[in-house]
Amino acid sequence: MRKAKWVVPTIYIIFLMLPIYWLLNMSFKTTTEIINTYTLWPQEFTLDNYKKIFTDSTWYTGYLNSIYYVVMNTVISVAAALPAAYAFSRYKFLGDKHLFFWLLTNRMAPPAVFALPFFQFYSSVNLFDTHVAVALSHCLFNIPLAVWILEGFMSSVPKELDETAYVDGYSFWRFFFKIFIPTITAGIGITMFFCFMFSWVELLLAKTLTAVAAKPIAATMTRTASTSGYELGLLAAAGSLTIVPGAIVIYFVRNYIAKGFALGRV
Amino acid sequence: MNKTVNQKAWFFVIPVFVLVAFNAIIPLMTVVNYAFQETFGNNVFMWEGTRWFKQIMLSERFHASLGRQFLFTFIILFIQIPLGIAIALTMPKEGIGVPVCLVLMSMPLLIPWNVVGAMWNIFALPDIGFLGHSLNALGFDYNFTQQIGDAWFTTILMDVWHWTSLVVLLSYAGLRSIQPAYYQAAEIDGASRWAVFTKIELPKMKKVLTIAILLRFMDSFMIYTEPFVLTGGGPGNATAFLSIDLVKMALGQFDLGPAAAMSLIYFFIVLLVCWVFYTLMMRNEEKS
Repeated sequence: MRKAKWVVPTIYIIFLMLPIYWLLNMSFKTTTEIINTYTLWPQEFTLDNYKKIFTDSTWYTGYLNSIYYVVMNTVISVAAALPAAYAFSRYKFLGDKHLFFWLLTNRMAPPAVFALPFFQFYSSVNLFDTHVAVALSHCLFNIPLAVWILEGFMSSVPKELDETAYVDGYSFWRFFFKIFIPTITAGIGITMFFCFMFSWVELLLAKTLTAVAAKPIAATMTRTASTSGYELGLLAAAGSLTIVPGAIVIYFVRNYIAKGFALGRV
Repeated sequence: MNKTVNQKAWFFVIPVFVLVAFNAIIPLMTVVNYAFQETFGNNVFMWEGTRWFKQIMLSERFHASLGRQFLFTFIILFIQIPLGIAIALTMPKEGIGVPVCLVLMSMPLLIPWNVVGAMWNIFALPDIGFLGHSLNALGFDYNFTQQIGDAWFTTILMDVWHWTSLVVLLSYAGLRSIQPAYYQAAEIDGASRWAVFTKIELPKMKKVLTIAILLRFMDSFMIYTEPFVLTGGGPGNATAFLSIDLVKMALGQFDLGPAAAMSLIYFFIVLLVCWVFYTLMMRNEEKS
């Protein structure tokens, strides 16, 4: 029985890794090899695809753009969500439950519904094709998520902590930054992870709101696929590189993931 | 936790409210605007009343894409939830295996959605993809760009690949929160494995499973990028789910009125299902 237990997760992980392996495999092949032969690993190992991405500015600026707006969005979302989550976890106020549900409904709004109005709206306020536009538009689903997760973490901190601090003569903001935030660092880490993740993987809005200057890497890939026919190797290399930031972030928060989920919030 | 009434708490919520309202209310108003009017550009609008809504509600195209959407969501929930629980139950509980499993299993969740589509496209191509090539070598006549069944099979397999880990992580976290005392008590009573699962583990996982079902429902109902890149909605319209059909109507044909009406109906359906879930969830939480 003990040995048998390993079988299921192992098979599952192999299933997960197969398409990723295939992408990596393709990224190290030459175009001729991809088109003419079927090989399980690269016969003529080449780094040309990666070289092209790191030297051609249309490619690597895509990465920088993506990272730029994702980081901006993560900072905005968490900064705005911190006081709000505190309010939801500690106080009752007029319309609190409705407001909370309304926030969550925005997590449920299909981005396809919002694509066109977003385009018109951000064009009319002259933010079209800027990083700020994408960062702000991703707040639509990331802020509700951040509030939801942080509220869960904050509610697990006993209220006595607040009261003791006030008795000791702390002002609210001093308590909030010196005592409260340090006690929920794990929660903030998890929240940042999820904001990063959902902003990084979203493409529909990011693509709709950008043209040249703030174009995300994922959109650059779609264009290559459609205009210059089948540059599969290049496409595969670009795709493989988009996995890297996610993998780095996961590695750093690996110990918090299970803990964050344990609070029942995503 | 007993909360104190404090209306000043609104000040803490204002930044969030403004940022989300800025993104939600103004664009939603634009959609409502289009849904009730006819426009020929230049900001000239004519009142149309509920004409677009009637047109959409009666259109066979909408019925077809809605039907496909429900079928897809139902199938992936039916596969992902039990599979996710099964994998979470067999995952190691301590040692080096835990971070290894967590990191590797989270990988698909952090890949941009169009890369997921492109990756599966390359993976499933009948001539050069591992999956397509293997299936054909095994004697199946597999071609996801031409056969409807194969297109569905590939799209569902891709979604299972992409999202089962979310269910696994949630269930795993739920399982970890069970005190060892419960298991010891079950052992003393000589409970079978099945009894432990149905009487201890499943009730403890109820909350996280509700969230898992809710999230998977919402996200699969909104799915756009992955099938768009993988199959483009084809062959024909076989995998044109609601979002794909909607974008085709709004940006492809520029039928703004009907597209806006469809958006509102679409949003309403998601909202309705989620509201029912949310209410049930809150009721459960109050009970326990």
